[in-house]
Order: sequence, then structure tokens, then C-alpha cells
Amino acid sequence: MGAFEHPLRYIPDRTLAQVHAEVAVGALRDAGLSIRDVDAYFCAGDAPGFGALSMADYLGIDARLTDTTETGGSSYLAHVGHAVDAIAAGHCHVALVTLAGKPRTGGSQPGGSGNFGDAPEANFENHWGGSVPGYYAMAAARHMHQYGTTSAQLAAIKVAASSHAQHNPNAFLPKLVTVEEVLASPLVADPLHRLDCCVITDGGGAVVVVSPEVARTLNRPERAVAVLGHGEAIRHSSNGRIDLTHTAALWSGPPAFDQAGVTPSDIQYASIYDSFTITVLLTLEDLGFCAKGEGGRFVESGALEAPNGVLPFNTDGGGLCNNHPGNRGGMTKIIEAVRQVRGDAHPAVQVPDCELALAHGTGGSLATRTGASTLILGRSS
Amino acid sequence: MSASDLPTRAIVATVETQDFWDATAEGRFLLRRCNTCEAVIWYPRSHCPICMSTDVSWIDAAGTGVVYSFSITRAASGTWKGALPYVLALVELDEGPRILTNIVGIDVDDVRIGMAVKVVFEDAIEGSALYRFAPVTT
Repeated sequence: MGAFEHPLRYIPDRTLAQVHAEVAVGALRDAGLSIRDVDAYFCAGDAPGFGALSMADYLGIDARLTDTTETGGSSYLAHVGHAVDAIAAGHCHVALVTLAGKPRTGGSQPGGSGNFGDAPEANFENHWGGSVPGYYAMAAARHMHQYGTTSAQLAAIKVAASSHAQHNPNAFLPKLVTVEEVLASPLVADPLHRLDCCVITDGGGAVVVVSPEVARTLNRPERAVAVLGHGEAIRHSSNGRIDLTHTAALWSGPPAFDQAGVTPSDIQYASIYDSFTITVLLTLEDLGFCAKGEGGRFVESGALEAPNGVLPFNTDGGGLCNNHPGNRGGMTKIIEAVRQVRGDAHPAVQVPDCELALAHGTGGSLATRTGASTLILGRSS
Repeated sequence: MSASDLPTRAIVATVETQDFWDATAEGRFLLRRCNTCEAVIWYPRSHCPICMSTDVSWIDAAGTGVVYSFSITRAASGTWKGALPYVLALVELDEGPRILTNIVGIDVDDVRIGMAVKVVFEDAIEGSALYRFAPVTT
């Protein structure tokens, strides 16, 4: 597997397609391959124009397979899972997945999820001033009501992310913050504060998934990372019986763990989607790292802090502090998990002998419809 | 007939939802119910998402429920900026569905999960009306 994260967080001087191209080249160089080797191309709703058709043309990929699965920020983890399946079925050998976005410099802004005018739900969701923070805040409020979770516990997630970001020279917010600073930051949508929210950044990333045969040819075992398991699911409004206390990770996790033949307690490092602190807390519970309702106590124990916590998470600083390119954090979740398995994370946050990592993406909106995709990554044997 | 000064904009009714929006303009809140499996359906559509029956009819809802969850939006841009702060909520209707809406007619800081609320209708553009919810006054 090749992986590349764009180093910039503000890119006024390039087109969206250019950023896709830059990350594609970066990931292919990392894998030791060229664009001519790519026979499958994957992208999601952030790609300009006619999606895979426009971008494969622009990039110069003679794709024999494309996949434009769109589940928001979780899309890219689903793409990797689909690429693994397509490779196993013999449909392709080298799959490229790209993400890019420019919300700081003219690209699409983080708007209200579900504001699609012709969607069947549109008139029942678009008249209430809904926003992404507002929707996620309702999930936080319900969890607090049901399980006694506190704002200080949510803040502990931001604190852990910031303690990692201080070692990342590219991080958008590299400064260590305290629980008190999170709680003192302005409320955006009660009960979420400004510092409960992820950053808004230009940027992008790409990964390359190759067949075992291609991996052997490349002969770089120290760089190789194996996809051991994959699962995905969606959770929608369920005929109006939506349950805000869980995400679709409840269903994407088990098949990924089963396929890899491991359990949550085996995972040494986890990239957990962190659009908001509450997203992390719900996902930790849903994936089985702690019991439902125990997420608050789990995170305030310091469990997420690298390298010595029970479950070091988002050692690049995550979407909360490092990068959330194009308002979609899934790609960077994969990339940091790859760094951990390779031993390439910053020494201050590298998990010792990290052989087994998890990456998880969450897309859409928790208060309406949301996608989830889970990957288990490990050393290639 | 407005309980709040929150923004409204035109409703674009479809063949699936025209009856629903005609009713809100008359001060009635309708729900779809499946005649085959008896599921109460939300949001309104022409089939039942539980059993896929197309034998669905409209019923009058009680118009009452409780706050399932809510958030107080304190930062926004565009039309809603002038309405800050406001309450976005999921209200659980007596009939079962949890529906997105606003809570109005109450100080935003006094809204609580579990609070009893009832529907209020607010004039939108061109004769249509939106549904929002206000506390049940005892």
C-alpha cells in the first residue's frame, strides 16, 4: 500500500484537480509505482466534474475499474475495502484512491448535510436551520442525557488530539490545549464548543492498494501494509425511529474484526473519525473499545494518548487538530494508520511495535443519515 | 399564526407530499400509515419502508410529543444568522416518529430533553405553513 498526505492546509494557488493530481503522484511514488501501473481508480463526491470519468482522464489513468461510492468522509475507507475485494476477484492489480478539497479557498463549504434540494427528505429537514455542528450536537446532548457524559469528558478527546498535533509540523492547530480551554471556547451548538469541532482545511490525500503479486515485485516488505479486514454500513433515519446514541460503526466494526480474526483489545493504534469530539466517543463505544455509555470515562482516563494509553488514537493530531481536507477526514485516518504500522509516525507518538491498527471513517450526519467504514491494517507477512 | 420569528422559505411540495403540506396550511399535522403492516411512516412517502406496501393512507396526528434531543445553535451564516440563538430538535411524536424541527415559544436555555411539546404552524411563503413545536402549557 502507498500513502500520501498533502503537506499544505491552505492552497489558494491550485485547482481542485491539481490537488488530486499532487496526492496521486505522492501516493504512487510512496508505493514505488507510476500512473501507468494504475488499472483501477476510486474517488468520491469531492472529485470535480464527472467524478471518476473526469479525474481518470485528467490524471491519465487507463482504468479497467472505477468506484465512486459516496458516503461522505467514510468513502475512502470503503474504497480501500472495495479495492481489496476487486483485486482478490482478479478485476485489477493497482488501485488508486484520491481525495482533495479546498473549503478555505473557494471550494464547497461545510454546509448542512442533507441540503440536497431534490432529496425525498428535503422539505422535512431543510427548514430548521440545521447545520453539521447542530446535528452532531444533538447526538452529544442525547448521550449526555442518557449516560451522564460531560463536556469535560468530550474535551479530553480534543486534549489528546492536541497533545499529538504538537509533534506534527504540518498540523493546522499544533498547540496543546487543556480541558479548561476547550470548555472556555465559544459554544457553536450547545453542547459542542468551538474546540469540539474539527478544523477546516484545504488539502488532500491518496492511497494505493496493490495485489500481493505487485507487492512482491516491489519487494519493499518494510513499507508494505496489509488490509486484514474491512466492514461498512449505513445508519439512516430508520422510518423516523433514529437512535442518536450510536453510529453505523456498530455494524461496520464486527465484520472487519471477524475478517481479520482479531478483537478490539488486540488493536494497538486506532485512527478514529473525529469531525467532532462526540463522533470519537460514540465510535469508540460502537467498535467495542468500551461499553455503550462508558465512552466518557474511557476517554478521560487518558486512554487515547500516545504512546502509552490503552488505545493511542489519531497520532497525527486528527481532524480535530491536524487536517480535515475538504471536510472529509477518512483519507487521513487511513494514512496515519499506515504510518503507525510502518513505524513512520513521529517518534514521540509512535506506538512501539505497532503490528495491528484500525482506521475508521464516519460520513454524513449523525442526526439524519450516516455512513461508516472500518479497516483493520497490519504488517504484511 | 406565527409563534416565532425564525426564517421560513418556500416549501416545494411533490406528488408524494402535497396532501401533507396542504394540511399544514389548514392547521393539521398528517402522518402516513401503512394499511398492510400498520407502521406509522416518517417522513411521508408513497410506500411503506417497512414492508414496501403502496397501500398507505393519511392519518391525523395528535400533534403532541416530547423532545428527544436538541441543540442550541449559536453560530450561523446567511438567513439564520439573524435568528441566533435558536433550537434545532428531534421531537418524538406520540405516534412514534422522531422528527427534525425547531422548538419555539420558550427561552432557548429553558428547553430540556423529555419536555412535552405540541405542534404550532407558522406561515411560510405562498400560503403554505411550516410545523414547529412549542412547550405544552399547563
